[in-house]
Amino acid sequence: MTATDLSTPVPAIAAPGNHATSARRVRSRGWRLVGYVALVLAAAGLLLPFFWMVVTSLKTNNDVFTIPITWLPDPVVWRNYLDIWQRSDMTTWLRNTLLLAVIVTFLQVLTGSFAAYGFARVRFPGRNLLFLAYVGTIAVPWQSYMIPQFILMSKLQLSNTLWSIVAIQAFGAIGVFLMKQFYETIPEELSEAARVDGLSEFGIWRRIILPLSRPALASLALLTFTTTWNDYLGPLIYLRSPELRTIQLGLNTFISQYNAEYALIMTGSVLSVLPVAVIFLLGQRYFVEGVASTGLKG
Amino acid sequence: MSRNTVAGWSFILPNFLGFAALTLLPVVVLFYVAFTNWNVFGVAEWTGTANFRRMWDDASFWTALRNTVYYAVFHIPLTLAAALGLALLLNRKLRGVRFFRTVAFFPYITSIVAIAVVWNQLFSPEYGPINALLGAVGVDDPPGWTASSTWSMPAVIIVGTWRYMGYYMLLFLAGLQTIPAQLYEAAETDGASPWQRFVHVTLPGLRTTTFFVTVLLTIESFKVFDLILVMTGGGPGQSTLVLSQYIYQKGFEENQFGYASAVSIVLFAICFGITVIQFWVNKRRNS
Repeated sequence: MTATDLSTPVPAIAAPGNHATSARRVRSRGWRLVGYVALVLAAAGLLLPFFWMVVTSLKTNNDVFTIPITWLPDPVVWRNYLDIWQRSDMTTWLRNTLLLAVIVTFLQVLTGSFAAYGFARVRFPGRNLLFLAYVGTIAVPWQSYMIPQFILMSKLQLSNTLWSIVAIQAFGAIGVFLMKQFYETIPEELSEAARVDGLSEFGIWRRIILPLSRPALASLALLTFTTTWNDYLGPLIYLRSPELRTIQLGLNTFISQYNAEYALIMTGSVLSVLPVAVIFLLGQRYFVEGVASTGLKG
Repeated sequence: MSRNTVAGWSFILPNFLGFAALTLLPVVVLFYVAFTNWNVFGVAEWTGTANFRRMWDDASFWTALRNTVYYAVFHIPLTLAAALGLALLLNRKLRGVRFFRTVAFFPYITSIVAIAVVWNQLFSPEYGPINALLGAVGVDDPPGWTASSTWSMPAVIIVGTWRYMGYYMLLFLAGLQTIPAQLYEAAETDGASPWQRFVHVTLPGLRTTTFFVTVLLTIESFKVFDLILVMTGGGPGQSTLVLSQYIYQKGFEENQFGYASAVSIVLFAICFGITVIQFWVNKRRNS
């Protein structure tokens, strides 16, 4: 693709005078405005459900569905946020979820980045075939092998323990794939120089690659954390005892138990989203830039 | 064994052990279980192709397959268009561009359960804000959304698209940033209109990204499950029953692991087949 290809279908403008450029400037300002309007509308549409969630969580139950719709709570019912702790096992759910998310993220980032280095920087027979197995399973939906996986986990006596979720989440192919993509953007000469200086492969990973890949590691960590935090299906299948419930399972049982308490259900929803939202906003730079840079560069 | 082989394996092994035991092995075992009659923790009994013959005559299976295709056929182009549109809007130097990117990505990181209950309230046929808005703009007979078997699937598709477009937008943004600015400048000096620049510079420059996004989006669409499970439970009737949910029902609710595995193979084959075709088409187009 070269620039000259472009000139073919486009008639060149003859000698653009002052008149033409100012007209173009006005037109581009007009487009800017249209762009802003489109963005503001899109943002409003994207945020409306969250707005509704927060506003509803601060209403009395009777005020949730009124005609015409009330967009702001009056009175503001902060009590919902106290009530939910008394009426649900929120503490247990949050503790289980946090525990799982932290362990899974730690293992995924550690073993994933380690394996990715092997795939990106060490040449050995069978490497490409092995990597193909990793990439290939990305095209296989988990739902299609969840049955045999469950049978295996039951044989290992891991089902109905928190370990089952750690096991099924911590060794995903995606982490290895993303980190490998990132490592390949780091110049090979850096490793070469280190090898000449007598560093081992492990030393290169630890001292050179790891510090350089901090943004990619951060974005993988954030993605893994939120995925584990938000996972519904895994816990639904594996965590049968009430005391093992994660926030997603807990919230769903709470919904079916108190299905007419719309305001309280929204309070629970806010609490289930809040931790991830805070982490996301804190690491938002890594998230957005990180997904963009590691997601697809190959 | 050479030093490199030892080094390579020692890097990969910690992850590979977990990966092999929990992903590779189950995928292989799937092809065995599908040919058995396996109930709960009993012994597997080899039944040959019985599960597949049963599937052929199973109306619920065909409904689930049809619904899954329905979801995919609308979700994929809608999300693709929305994600690309957002990416184009947000690829410029605008005030607050970072804020808008964050907003677009936000639905992707929030939990399915929470968004499903919020959307169900928004979609409430009589009291929900969506139908109130529709009424305000003059729609006399607003849809029943998740209460109606005709409108439940469109409702789910809307929520799915809302949730995932920010993620694919980011991937498109990354792709857009790899297109050299000189190409646009050259096109502009040649007097190309914004549309011509889009068709002749942006689209060709995004080819690899579009390919990857389409592959990921296809797999994501065909495995859709938890969103539907929490929003509609597959209903009303079987109007939003999808393949993944049918596997879950047969396997974990009815303990028919063998039959559920046979259905799993269909899901597997669809996703794998489409991915292979997409790779093949992409390769041909590039060469």
